[in-house]
Amino acid sequence: MKKIFKTVTGFLAIALVFTSCNNGESKSKSALSSNAAEKVYVAPGEHDEFYAFVSGGFSGQLAVYGLPSGRLFKVIPVFSQDPEKAYGYNEETKPMLNTSHGFIPWDDSHHPDISQTAGELDGRWVFINGNNTPRIAKIDLTTFETTEIIEIPNSAGNHSSSFVTENTEYVVAGTRFSVPVPQKDMPIKEYKGNFKGALSFISVDPKDGGMSIKFQLMMPGFNYDLSHPGRGKSHGWFFFTTYNTEEANSLLEVNASQNDKDFIAAINWKKIEEYVNNGGGTKMPTNYAHNVYSDETHTATSTMIKEVLTVNPLDVPGAVYFLPTPKSPHGCDVDPTGEYIVGNGKLSANLTVHSFTKMEEAIKNKKFDGEAYGIPILKFEDVLAGSVVQPGLGPLHTEFDGKGNAYTTFFISSEVVKWKLGTWEVIDRKPTYYSVGHLMIPGGNSRKPFGKYVLAMNKITKDRYLPTGPEVTQSAQLYDITGDKMELLLDFPTIGEPHYAAGCPASLIEGNSKKLYKLEDNKHPYAATSDAATKVTRNGNEVHIQMAMIRSHFTPDNIEGVKVGDKVFFHVTNLEQDYDVPHGIAMLGANTSELLIMPGQTETFVWEPKEVGVWPFYCTDFCSALHQEMQGYVRVSPASSTIPLSWTLGEDF
Amino acid sequence: MVLSVSLLISCGGKEEKKKENFSYEKPSTTEQAAPTAEAAPPSQRVDLTNKGVGPIKELVLPADIDQAMATQGEEIYKKMCTACHRPDKKFIGPAPKGILERRTPEWIMNMILDPEDMIQKDPLAMDLLKEFNGAPMANQNLTEAEARAVLEYFRTLK
Repeated sequence: MKKIFKTVTGFLAIALVFTSCNNGESKSKSALSSNAAEKVYVAPGEHDEFYAFVSGGFSGQLAVYGLPSGRLFKVIPVFSQDPEKAYGYNEETKPMLNTSHGFIPWDDSHHPDISQTAGELDGRWVFINGNNTPRIAKIDLTTFETTEIIEIPNSAGNHSSSFVTENTEYVVAGTRFSVPVPQKDMPIKEYKGNFKGALSFISVDPKDGGMSIKFQLMMPGFNYDLSHPGRGKSHGWFFFTTYNTEEANSLLEVNASQNDKDFIAAINWKKIEEYVNNGGGTKMPTNYAHNVYSDETHTATSTMIKEVLTVNPLDVPGAVYFLPTPKSPHGCDVDPTGEYIVGNGKLSANLTVHSFTKMEEAIKNKKFDGEAYGIPILKFEDVLAGSVVQPGLGPLHTEFDGKGNAYTTFFISSEVVKWKLGTWEVIDRKPTYYSVGHLMIPGGNSRKPFGKYVLAMNKITKDRYLPTGPEVTQSAQLYDITGDKMELLLDFPTIGEPHYAAGCPASLIEGNSKKLYKLEDNKHPYAATSDAATKVTRNGNEVHIQMAMIRSHFTPDNIEGVKVGDKVFFHVTNLEQDYDVPHGIAMLGANTSELLIMPGQTETFVWEPKEVGVWPFYCTDFCSALHQEMQGYVRVSPASSTIPLSWTLGEDF
Repeated sequence: MVLSVSLLISCGGKEEKKKENFSYEKPSTTEQAAPTAEAAPPSQRVDLTNKGVGPIKELVLPADIDQAMATQGEEIYKKMCTACHRPDKKFIGPAPKGILERRTPEWIMNMILDPEDMIQKDPLAMDLLKEFNGAPMANQNLTEAEARAVLEYFRTLK
């Protein structure tokens, strides 16, 4: 009895302690929350301070959010079809998804990076890589549309991509999986020594952003995981982390984790560029797609390119070195000054930071520690600037605030750790919820970070939101980093997998955002830029309807003379010349998506009617008070019919 | 309320033409328009003092028509306005023929340049919206010079 009493009082005491603890915590938490709420509150009608371009990972798209509010503005379709916007469904954008493997309606979008001038964000374009069927896309930040996609030959698992040099001279695309180059039928177990890792340098036209592959560096068959350019003093170099220097072809989780150190590959791209400009390199037959969208024709064209220039690193002495880095490093991040190169060794206890100055010194003194496939390996101790000792478990990525601090994510211990460059001391750590991958400080991988917020992107959210069955959202979390200690402000769900992001002050972009397409600039071959230009023509069994739309009717809206077995092209032009007046169109039974057409734009869908009848089409975007009246009919007659083509609107024609 | 009134009007209008078919509530025109009933519909009303609401406060037209400007205006009109307007008959919106006998130049320019504001603030523009089934005039983002040229073209439509 006595014992029981003791136990009960013990419980009570514990319960009391817990209760008071909880009370205290919730009290301080709510005080904190209201402070955090103020920091992320953007009043109705007000604009956010930053744009955040957050990749959708396996959604294949790129989402545009505002920071600090976390409000979603747009999902830009990039590598995946999007029926909402007809991307990859309408005739104009289908060529954007063409590859050497044919039409591929999906990819895995990973690393957005904003173009730079003199090492600072310039807000002109976002580049992003498609991981699965290697591609690099460019999004124009005046239209927020994907305007170019280039396929990367000889590459596989396009992961150490798509980072830009400090004047956007190049965007790089490095292969994660090494493969036979050229592809051939061979035993998988003969990988070692035979497969190659292609690092592609894609030049970017400074005027229009046009991309073309300048050269591919054919590296040993390691996995090239991530990369970043040098900047400032290290401009002209590019750094790539590698893993699987074991060159294992099976059970990599064990077999690619054997070596104590893998490498960061340091590439002097300026040296290789000079070599190539002087006629160096070997042209190799290949096949890859280059897809370009025009804002004038509102149409993409896909061109197959049959040749690529390859460079053997051994042919350009002094261009490529290996920096030993423990252990299976993932993120490869360069600080704003260009001096420090951080290798985030996934399986390493410590974070490794290399010094660019020491690297140059070691190269000058030829202090090598052997070679790998003829590429000199520098001595670890000679290039090491310092280590952040035991900062957490599973480091992945690092960004910088421009005030001498670095912020690293730890996947296994689910936290962001702030540490100091130069002294390598840990200053603060904050949990993430949960399993954080990348993090992003606007401009945090440039010479000029805007060190106000860090956005952490989480793979797992478990209990953070209302449950939605087995599949739950992934998330992004916003921290205020203006003080010594980080402060968690906001936690918001994202589309797909928020793999990585690029952020930019809104002031760099918002003024350039296009409001509409001018009708007079519309060069679409089937545009009807005025009512007078609308018509229906037949060419064999192809019927082309050149239709116009404006609030709140289609011209024409009654069409007869279409027959079963015809292939009917609806070329629809939005005649509006006012901001934010899109119209849509959908046809009953058409095996495709709607069209969503911006003012001044022309888009096309194809309908192959299979049954006679009178079939309606209608506007799908609530455009005006008379939106419900915006409709029309197409009469479909038997294949043998002699009813002539006719098209009308009201009684006017 | 505006919408429901206009819907009734449009229903009634259509039914009148299709006498052979099923007919649903066919009130007379005066009944429908009861709240704002006037002898002439707003499109035919003459108001040569109202300058409307918008950027144009004062516009004095020279006595002679500038033919070159009118030709330019006709081109702009064909490209930007014909989706909804026919020169000499009612279409989605009213016909511009003879409009200068009914409206001030300022009112016409303001209607072209800032229709959103006009249909919310100008009583005549509000009545016109009702007459034309609640179809608001689209802002085609003409420049002031372009709108002026279109006005000059309207002067030739008599």
